[in-house]
Amino acid sequence: MSGHEINPNKWIDLYSDYLFNYTITRVRDRETAQDLVQETFFAGLKSMKNFKGEASERTWLISILKRKIIDHYRKTNSKKGKAEVRMNLNFDGENEGDWLEQRVADPFDKTAENNLENTELGLAIHNCISKLPSKQADVFKMKTLLGYDTETICNELGITASNLWVIIHRARTALASCMEKNWF
Amino acid sequence: MSKDFKLFVSCDKAAHTCDKTQYKEASFWEKIKLNIHLIYCKACRKYSANNAKLTKLTDKPEVDCLKNCEKEKLETNFKKELESHQ
Repeated sequence: MSGHEINPNKWIDLYSDYLFNYTITRVRDRETAQDLVQETFFAGLKSMKNFKGEASERTWLISILKRKIIDHYRKTNSKKGKAEVRMNLNFDGENEGDWLEQRVADPFDKTAENNLENTELGLAIHNCISKLPSKQADVFKMKTLLGYDTETICNELGITASNLWVIIHRARTALASCMEKNWF
Repeated sequence: MSKDFKLFVSCDKAAHTCDKTQYKEASFWEKIKLNIHLIYCKACRKYSANNAKLTKLTDKPEVDCLKNCEKEKLETNFKKELESHQ
């Protein structure tokens, strides 16, 4: 067995954002995504003994999460399927859209490939963020992904504005080179 | 603005302004100075291009993360569960 060890104390810090991003691209609802991530962590705790150390912790958690997401859809679908009578009013194939404009292919419509790429993008970025020092990662997430004001972040973390910009600068440089390697 | 009426700024300053522009926080005058700097500084041009690329990627809605309060909630719940397991 390879030396992958399991340490649940660090799970939240290390993986919650990664798992959440993975979930949010698949379920499109913050609340549900949070619940699913939480369930995943719980399930991980319960079956910790079964962790063989063949894969990294994160891969292992992701594989649990995948099952959880599938289960989630199964649940919602079966409930809906019972309660709802599906109506199909000429919405299929040729009859879709009376207007000529509606029949033309929409160039801005996202294709499956596009979506896939974007899903992977989120994971790639989180991968790179997780390689940053924790402080840089925190600041970068708050500033860029959550869009907080500079002032808010400074107050929350107790740093000065110029301090913040230095941290941001370092984070951006590191991230750019990391993405350069792994994405472009 | 009148204090440092300089057209040519150092690379440090330019990089700082470049970071600021990514969050739309740079002033007009700062942007002018940055662009003048970019004309003659190849390193900063490269940094600025990379920076813009990064912003473009992170601005996509597919890149998301947990808010701090959400994370705390997750953490407290998890701690409880962890204790009951040990």
